[in-house]
Amino acid sequence: MSDFSRRQFLQTVGAAAAAVPALEVMGGGAALARDANALTIAYNVDLPSWDPTSGPSAVNPTIQSIYKSVFGQFIDQNPDLSFRPGLITKWGWNDDKSKIAMTVREGAFWHDGTPVTPEDVVWSLERAADPKGGNPIQFVWSKIGNFKISGQEVTADVKSYEPALFKWMAFLTGFVLPKKAYEKAGAQGFEKQPIGSGPYQVEEFQRGAFVRLKAFPKWWGGKPAFENVVFKFVTDPTSRVAEVESGSSDLTLNVPYEEYDRLRVKPGFAGSARPITDIGMLFVTNRPPMLNRDLRLALHHAIDKKAIVDKLLRGYGVPIDTLEAPEYEAFDPTIKVGYDPAKAKALMAKAGYSPQHPVSFTIQTTRGYMPKDFEMIQAIAGMWQEIGANANIEVYEIAKHFELRAEHKLAPLAFYDWGNAIGDPSTSTGFAMFSPSPHSAWKSPKLDAMIGPLWGMKDEAKRIAGYKAVDRYIAENGLVIPLLQYAQPILYRQGLTVVPHAAGCILPQTVGRA
Amino acid sequence: MPLAYLVRRLAMAIPTLFGVAIVDFVLLRVVPGNPIAMMIPPGASAADIARLRAFYGLDQPIPVQFWRWLEALLHGNLGVSIDLRRGVLGLVMSRLPATLELALLAMVLAVALGIALGVGAIYWQGRWPEAVVDGIAGLGMAIPDFLWGLLLVLLLGVLLPILPISGRIDPMLSTHFVTPFYLAESLARGEFSLVGSLLAHMALPAVALALPLTAVIARILKSALVEAMSQDYILMARVKGLGRARIIWTEAFRNALVPTVTLSGVQFTFLVGGTVLIERIFSYPGIGNMAIDAVIGRDLPLIQGVVMTFAVLFILINLLIDMTYVLLNPRVRHG
Repeated sequence: MSDFSRRQFLQTVGAAAAAVPALEVMGGGAALARDANALTIAYNVDLPSWDPTSGPSAVNPTIQSIYKSVFGQFIDQNPDLSFRPGLITKWGWNDDKSKIAMTVREGAFWHDGTPVTPEDVVWSLERAADPKGGNPIQFVWSKIGNFKISGQEVTADVKSYEPALFKWMAFLTGFVLPKKAYEKAGAQGFEKQPIGSGPYQVEEFQRGAFVRLKAFPKWWGGKPAFENVVFKFVTDPTSRVAEVESGSSDLTLNVPYEEYDRLRVKPGFAGSARPITDIGMLFVTNRPPMLNRDLRLALHHAIDKKAIVDKLLRGYGVPIDTLEAPEYEAFDPTIKVGYDPAKAKALMAKAGYSPQHPVSFTIQTTRGYMPKDFEMIQAIAGMWQEIGANANIEVYEIAKHFELRAEHKLAPLAFYDWGNAIGDPSTSTGFAMFSPSPHSAWKSPKLDAMIGPLWGMKDEAKRIAGYKAVDRYIAENGLVIPLLQYAQPILYRQGLTVVPHAAGCILPQTVGRA
Repeated sequence: MPLAYLVRRLAMAIPTLFGVAIVDFVLLRVVPGNPIAMMIPPGASAADIARLRAFYGLDQPIPVQFWRWLEALLHGNLGVSIDLRRGVLGLVMSRLPATLELALLAMVLAVALGIALGVGAIYWQGRWPEAVVDGIAGLGMAIPDFLWGLLLVLLLGVLLPILPISGRIDPMLSTHFVTPFYLAESLARGEFSLVGSLLAHMALPAVALALPLTAVIARILKSALVEAMSQDYILMARVKGLGRARIIWTEAFRNALVPTVTLSGVQFTFLVGGTVLIERIFSYPGIGNMAIDAVIGRDLPLIQGVVMTFAVLFILINLLIDMTYVLLNPRVRHG
């Protein structure tokens, strides 16, 4: 019997070391993202479907970056949320807002080389409005009809006035699809070979793994900086950090703020963390004990939002007091609630509560759905204890939140993240606070009487002023507790120029080389 | 005997699968969170929500829903995924091969390493390499596969970035796979650049899955070998003058293999279950990763399909283990 000698041990270790370069040759990681013409993005969600206009994925805001890379929208959106021409270059209402007119872009092409036509635009809008088509935003698209085409001009009758109609054309499901190609391929065929008119065309798609895109030479917007773009679907945040740190990906997003701070100062990396259209908020449900106005206001005044942003979110976020972020049209900086523990205690006393006679209630929150959501609620519960409010924290999955909210069964308080990429007040305050909306938690006839007329108000200035008044009323009565506007951390390798988009999109066509 | 045994075991699988189907179906409808609530558009009215429920058949009583699902299942139809809007069977069949290839590679690694360590421990019994093997086995069993995964990502993906840490194949490679068994197909076609890329991408998740099983195999094999080495026929072999290595391989190993195969087989089912988390960590496009997305999105038909697939898989694995046991053990084979 021979012993395992020192020499044998060293030979084994040496062999293992020699295997390392061999593994690299096999197609290892670091070199992959270094193709000068390719941009590799470690993306945070998988792509379920190639139809951006129907099914649940069509209304998933996180997927829109991929859709916007491949498909053209009726109207485009600038990184600051303002609107710009897309496949429609001019748009507007007539004087009495009974008709709309749109001019379809000339010189735009589908990825199969055929031109984008006004017929495509009309077919896309009619398909979106069809109740059987499965478009989740059908309730908006069905408000216009009776389309007429004259050259590049498209006109339509307004069946029901929707003030945000053109904004929706830059938002969820606002994509133009190719009539002929879609009808020829059918829904299943289109899934296999999607054809858009965007800056990139699909070269290879491996479900659950990645999509590889190739620059479309006939895109009307010009040649993007990168010939190839790979969206790798890396849903785990830790893995996304590792992707960028290892050099396997050039860019990633929505990583933990701690990791963002660690990597962005490391040589070879850069980053940006700008506020986006995600609002962390507490839904207030009109059930005891939240029926007491003083209690609601006391709870709001007792929250030190700045401390939460600074200490928990490492400074990445903007404290807010209404559901309108500063970039939104109806943002009113004069509406302030403010952190005021003394006022909070006074209001609690008025409501009949104190640290000696505390009020108890349940607050629901997700854990890990949004950055530091649970920790934030823990911190808030601690602040409330100071004024005599005992919050029992119940952690649930986001699916349960949706179910409870739709059934009006949320706890008295519930954390949620409300997105509003087009910045219209109807898609924030409107849907979040109007009783008939399945997404509202506070059901109040008085609030409904204020919001109701705004849905179809034709005078835009009055509509915006109306929503500001609604926001003021909500703040004065504590009907919702907005907390902060999230910032989106984007990490990328040095040498890239990345334009952060306030809607939280990562658009490869806007990524360049420094 | 093996054929009759096989038929009997297959017949026993039917009530098992039926039980799984009931539990799977009922549990998913009892747990909080439903898919309709997740897809309600902002302007939806109560009638719109009712229409959506009816569209997905969720407006019916649970027994009616179950009967319809079971009826379709018996016709090989697992329904249509709510989120992915494709047939569940097709989705499962397109992702299962990735998981199977990963699990099999992990199993091969675990068996090879486990045998090497188990045999090594006996070969150097009473010397320091045995302590090293015991230490490795202890470490392998103490750390769960997902933690190994994270450690490997950090060590070989970030600190020493020599292996890819996500996906199944290099996205920049042109591939024209005909089957979803990429590794097997690439090997069959002799496309070794693809084989290399596939193996490189599978290496870390496979090792993460394999390490705990390696430890189990090493421990079991070592124990079995210790017992075998104390038998009279081993003493006889020694008297004949055979070397230690030869005695282990030719005399003791075969007898030690029976309990090892049986217990390792059982552990293999745990390994397959472990792919769910490992696939998530390594963004590996297998059935486990898809299952997590389905659970988050409450994609009921897809979750049901994945659970049934895992159930069938586990039954088949156990059947295979039992058949192997029968083949390896003459007493059972001729009993």
